[in-house]
Amino acid sequence: MSDMFSTQEQPQTEIDLAAAEALLGTDADRFRHDYLEVRGLRVEFDGFVAVRDVDLTVTQGDLRFLVGPNGAGKTTLIDAVTGLVRATGSVSFGRTELLGRSTHRIARAGVGRTFQTASVFEELTVLQNLDIAAGARRRPLTLLRRRQDTPEAVERALETVGLTALRDVPAGVLAHGQKQWLEIGMLLVQDAHLLLLDEPVAGMTQAEREETGALLRRIGSQRVVVVVEHDMEFLRSFADSVTVMHQGRVLAEGTVNEVQNDPAVVEVYLGAPAAESGAAPAKPATTEGDLP
Amino acid sequence: MNVFTALLRPGRARTLAAFGLAAAVLLLAPMVLSPFRLDLLAKFLCLAMVAVGIGLAWGRGGLLTLGQGVYFGLGAYLMAMHLKLADAGPGGVPDFMLLYGTGQVPGWWEPLRSPVSAIVLILLVPAGLAALLGWAVFTRRVRGAYFAILSQALAAAFAILLIGQQQTTGGTNGLNGFRAFFGYDLADPLNKQMLYLIAAGALLVMVAVVRQLSVSRFGELLVAVRDQEDRVRFLGYDPAAVKVVAYAVAAVMAAVGGALFVPIAGIVSPADVGVVPSIGFLIGVAIGGRATLLGPVLGSIAVSWAQTSISEQFPSGWIYFQGALFILVIAFLPGGLASFAGKLRRRRAAAAPGDAGASGDAARDHELVPERSPA
Ligand SMILES: Nc1ncnc2c1ncn2[C@@H]1O[C@H](COP(=O)(O)OP(=O)(O)OP(=O)(O)O)[C@@H](O)[C@H]1O
Ligand SMILES: [Mg+2]
Repeated sequence: MSDMFSTQEQPQTEIDLAAAEALLGTDADRFRHDYLEVRGLRVEFDGFVAVRDVDLTVTQGDLRFLVGPNGAGKTTLIDAVTGLVRATGSVSFGRTELLGRSTHRIARAGVGRTFQTASVFEELTVLQNLDIAAGARRRPLTLLRRRQDTPEAVERALETVGLTALRDVPAGVLAHGQKQWLEIGMLLVQDAHLLLLDEPVAGMTQAEREETGALLRRIGSQRVVVVVEHDMEFLRSFADSVTVMHQGRVLAEGTVNEVQNDPAVVEVYLGAPAAESGAAPAKPATTEGDLP
Repeated sequence: MNVFTALLRPGRARTLAAFGLAAAVLLLAPMVLSPFRLDLLAKFLCLAMVAVGIGLAWGRGGLLTLGQGVYFGLGAYLMAMHLKLADAGPGGVPDFMLLYGTGQVPGWWEPLRSPVSAIVLILLVPAGLAALLGWAVFTRRVRGAYFAILSQALAAAFAILLIGQQQTTGGTNGLNGFRAFFGYDLADPLNKQMLYLIAAGALLVMVAVVRQLSVSRFGELLVAVRDQEDRVRFLGYDPAAVKVVAYAVAAVMAAVGGALFVPIAGIVSPADVGVVPSIGFLIGVAIGGRATLLGPVLGSIAVSWAQTSISEQFPSGWIYFQGALFILVIAFLPGGLASFAGKLRRRRAAAAPGDAGASGDAARDHELVPERSPA
């Protein structure tokens, strides 16, 4: 049902970077330099250590990609930062220690995330989705009133992610890519300063990927952004830097080129010694990993 | 946007019309019904108040409140205690305490002597209990079936507690034999009519409150919490707070229903507050359509009416009938009868050419959910 609507009846949607500019520009501290600092992070599930000894520093203006084979612990790392799973070590953002806080407090400290599977409020309209995302700081009593007009930030976000024409459509009928854009829009109106995106372009068409990448670069120049992604072409086009995880640890970190030529990374991805890496790669060892 | 165009918006116009019609029917009832039937209807309206609250908590908020008998019972018993004390006169002792008890009024009854504090307590005690319990449960992320079982266990415990306290709560017999309601003689048919009108008015107010909550930002948030609790949390809200509000509002509505039930029915006993009535409340809501505004009210009244007429003919048949009805609705019409009406409307809309919009589709069985914003 949803795909039918998106391809036939709905107008073509497009990312609007100018609107993103207006949205990001409303930020009063636009030149504040936030950074995410993770130290000695460890997450354990009933004795199984999913993340261990992870150190990670991501600054504003450095669009960071987090890659690694399935089960490397990428999602778990995001879960730990956002308070979904218990972790030890330290995670700080803008001088605020996040570990030990509850999820909604972490969100209020300016941390936003998306999920591996697009999770929007399907029964609510696009506009309602964004309005809720924009509203966590509203005073309780204002919640008891009906929304009279669209908040400015929501309007800008609608333009940014190209959903203005679909504002009154229930989010459930959006195409997959549009849902993921809606999620990014929600992060923007939520005014998150640290954005953790778990596979934001999975299932998108090539054109949609390009647009999303450009938007993420735009956001990344003024926010701290971490993107988990398996698609290596996307990574090569848009990443400023890359962190490779494997079996819960950070395996390598650096620019795309540095990481691609790291023997340890090549071995993990190809299951073979680095010698093979120069030529066209053999079948990847993991289902989705397609590094060099 | 002026008031006039606001009133003419399709959603609002329909709701207002339905509301007006319901008010007219309720106000006309005293003229056409015999005092006995009117009394019966008044009782049904009190039970429907519980349903309105469940519609909010369960229909919009997804909280399977299987223990509303507790809040209905709290309201009812607090009111009954006040009526007993008022009947006994200043400093007097309720009759049943002289018969079964020590002949002394226990200290915890005393605050109910004054009419004002009785009314305040009827509203505050259930709200407080629901908030406390809700907070404890929802912050521990107890949900779904676990919450349902917990609230049901509470209803069972409450009934058992009441039965055990023969001297102070009347035990299995409950409290009965009230003579007056805030000074008005309950034997006077005119006062009974007044009670009916109070119940009808209270019910209409509750429906209006739920409607306002549903179309407000809070209502949108409640639906969001119901469908994607974690997502809401990652946006910086505490879903527990949202649920507590819905749960407490439902509790207060149940309590007011209980409080008005007492002078109308003339009795409240543990049989009105335990597990079975708690499930009964839910059934009416499920049948009517839990996610709609009027579904719970109409469903609840219809079920009460069916219960009365079926029990008149087959005294023990009702419980089986009720069970069968519940299973049928859950299995074949999960959105309740209201969704049936919605389906018909859509079919007609689909038949009319060029009218099947994409936007109406996901709104499906939740008529109130995507209230279109003024464009
Ligand atoms: N709640 C949990 N309980 C137990 N084990 C878990 C839990 N969540 C994740 N794991 C385990 O932790 C490891 C890391 O999982 P994680 O989801 O972080 O991997 P990932 O890098 O995101 O992989 P993918 O690329 O497939 O999304 C996996 O072995 C997974 O099975
Ligand atoms: Mg993952």
